[in-house]
Amino acid sequence: MRNKIMILTLILALAAAAVAGCATATKPGGKYLRYSAGTEPETIDPRKSTGSPEAIIEAQIFEGLTVLNAKDAPAAAVAEKWDVSPDGLTYTFILRTNAKWSNGDPVTAHDFEYAWKSTLAPSFGAKYAYQLYYLRNGEKYNKGQAEAVSVGVKALDDRTLRVTLEKPTPYFLTLTAFHTYYPVHSKTAAANDKWASDPKTLIGNGPFKVTGWVHNSKIEFAKNEHYWDAAKVKMAKMEFVLTDSATTELNMFENNQIDLGGNVPASDIPRLLKEGKLRFEPLLATYFFSFNVTKPPFDNVKVRKAFALAIDRGAIVQNVTRGGQKPALAWVPPGLADAAPGTDFRKAGGDFFADNDVAAAKRLLAEAGYPDGKGLPPVTLIYNTSEGHKAIAESVQEMWRKNLGVNVQLANQEWKVFINARAKGDYQVARHGWTGDYLDPMTFLDMFVSDSGTNDSQYKNPAFDDLIKRAKETNDQGLRMRLMHEAEKIFMDEAVIAPVYYYTNAVLVKPNVKGYVRSITGLYFFKEAYVE
Amino acid sequence: MLQYTVSRFVSMLLVLFIITTATFLLMHAIPGGPFTAEKNLPEAVLKNLNERYHLNDPLFKQYTDYLANVARGDLGPSFKYEARTVNDIIAESFPVSAELGLTAVAIALACGIPMGAMAALRQNRWPDYLCMFAATIGISVPGFILATLFIYVFALKLELFPAAMWGGPEYVVLPALALAAFPMAFIARLTRSSMLEVLGLDFIRTARAKGLTSFVVVWRHALKNALIPVVTYLGPLIAAILTGSFVIESIFAIPGLGRHFVTSIYNRDYTVILGITIFYSTLLVILNFLVDIAYAWLDPRIKLGGGKGE
Repeated sequence: MRNKIMILTLILALAAAAVAGCATATKPGGKYLRYSAGTEPETIDPRKSTGSPEAIIEAQIFEGLTVLNAKDAPAAAVAEKWDVSPDGLTYTFILRTNAKWSNGDPVTAHDFEYAWKSTLAPSFGAKYAYQLYYLRNGEKYNKGQAEAVSVGVKALDDRTLRVTLEKPTPYFLTLTAFHTYYPVHSKTAAANDKWASDPKTLIGNGPFKVTGWVHNSKIEFAKNEHYWDAAKVKMAKMEFVLTDSATTELNMFENNQIDLGGNVPASDIPRLLKEGKLRFEPLLATYFFSFNVTKPPFDNVKVRKAFALAIDRGAIVQNVTRGGQKPALAWVPPGLADAAPGTDFRKAGGDFFADNDVAAAKRLLAEAGYPDGKGLPPVTLIYNTSEGHKAIAESVQEMWRKNLGVNVQLANQEWKVFINARAKGDYQVARHGWTGDYLDPMTFLDMFVSDSGTNDSQYKNPAFDDLIKRAKETNDQGLRMRLMHEAEKIFMDEAVIAPVYYYTNAVLVKPNVKGYVRSITGLYFFKEAYVE
Repeated sequence: MLQYTVSRFVSMLLVLFIITTATFLLMHAIPGGPFTAEKNLPEAVLKNLNERYHLNDPLFKQYTDYLANVARGDLGPSFKYEARTVNDIIAESFPVSAELGLTAVAIALACGIPMGAMAALRQNRWPDYLCMFAATIGISVPGFILATLFIYVFALKLELFPAAMWGGPEYVVLPALALAAFPMAFIARLTRSSMLEVLGLDFIRTARAKGLTSFVVVWRHALKNALIPVVTYLGPLIAAILTGSFVIESIFAIPGLGRHFVTSIYNRDYTVILGITIFYSTLLVILNFLVDIAYAWLDPRIKLGGGKGE
């Protein structure tokens, strides 16, 4: 009786101590990279993943037929050479003899065939199956309208892979560097559908292999000694930290727990920049406002244009986002090659309007029948709940009030509610952002064809559709680019969207981190990275 | 006692059933599903995914299938994390939350009770003012502010502890302290007021009159009786700490269950939402039951199932 209290307290304290004692010891930081990968990956089976954190992890432990080099051009990887048929429909890849899985097995053409076909299998339920719709009958097979055997990928022998496409796809060699096109160790994947969630069964063919994975905490890597180009891999190990909080990431960076990370609180950017801890890296993405062209007043192109012209993008990137972003005066961001070598699609296409062109905006709104905003129906701008989007929305709201005399309402919505409303066209103006999936302007332009599932603006224009269709059917790069420039011009003249800025990544990086390659798609390749 | 336990168990099952049903219906009522994403999936792909996870079945069938699986102890697969089941997620992350939470509870008890007792024994003198000032700070300053302050001082400036992550004992200190601040302050105040009340009671005067040393009077007679309200508070406290450590887990990047609970709703990860709800509800109901038992054990005058004995 008398000591029951003490016993109770003691039991609790002992329980806590016992649990605390179970914790594992950590290793001191040596000379290896500790990178903050953002959130816990949904999966690291390259056939099933969709997001950027997953793609970055997979890029270290897998390798496709090709890989993106420092200039974001496709280079030989598992395939040492390839032939393309004159009509651009058939690719014959020859695999290297020394390409091996992390368990020592050779990487064969059959592994590629198995991986691609299993991704397309309807019962597999891969979200990115449509990334393989380029293959002949890929889409039909995924929809259950064709047999697996008819899909345009075939291992002629262990070293020869023949790929047949639906249409000529001049950027196909950049697609084969994309994670949906990675091979998987077919024996393992066929035998165990959870192979990718356990380091013991997670067999890859990239420069590193996974040795440990504490969910929501960290992933540990070691050099893959069986990798064909292992001589170039400098680090014996690395560690990816998994946290989705920018503040936590910054704390860990300043506490020397990580060396590299790309999730920075906007309020700290000026200070970090001054201290030389930050670098801005371009990203193939555009931040924009999407108009619903079927809802008044935005069914009137002059109103859309007026709203687009009355935004002061320079002020937004300088005072609000402060992350080194570039004001966007077009749709397709810079960084994509045009027809001639060394030219840029954006540079060739130029800008479509002047930033903060208040005079023209006022004139257009008056021409539309709403001088100084008088008589304009009420307008609401929706954005998904986030401090960053809120600050931008409030700035734009103020610009429209000051420049056009229009009082726009703001409404924030929870992420999935917002996505749902936007996709259904249940809005007037909505915040939007788009990151390119592959290195071609088409990844932006075909988003707005009439029957596209991502056409949240509900925009329908046969002339635009026709240009995109023709661009998709030709193998002539010069003609393709010309058609895409024309399509972009129509799209911008119709002011379907109001572009705001081209994204950047604000990257926290220690000065002694060297040798990594970063792609404009946001991918990192740590194959040759090292910490001095 | 047996009858009491059985009836508590039956009502527990009923409560869990109501919670599960309500959560299931609410979850499906909110817009957006597990596969709603910025890049809308083509219809064919979405159809295949829904087939794979049986989301094409009528809602009632989904519900009954789910209940049948739960009855077998299978909380289903996560929609977001491929190849991981809800059972896996709970088994991996709850021990982490428990370690953090129980450490915080131990700290709160080990510091809160002596603080409260000291304040009561030195009423209206400086130890009392000091303890109560500290308690006021602990109650009024939110845990996430303290966490940020601790990180700034002890991790970034003094470099004594890591700023985040989870591993050895050094990783537990800051988050456990931040989590313990409020309950510690609450326990200190609870102990103080209850101790003051007990010290004025007749049996304490009797004990003193019998010539017992003040140490024995205070520790053996007064404190024991003064702690009954604290024990009552332990149940809800442990429950709140185990289920409410989300913010602290997020700040310190701790792979606990609290974060899953919040992010699963954001992700519309139906099975994870339901699984954790069921898990937490079970935990709360069991803890409340244990507190009732402990209460009766501490105070023989209290009879379970109502009524007071002589």
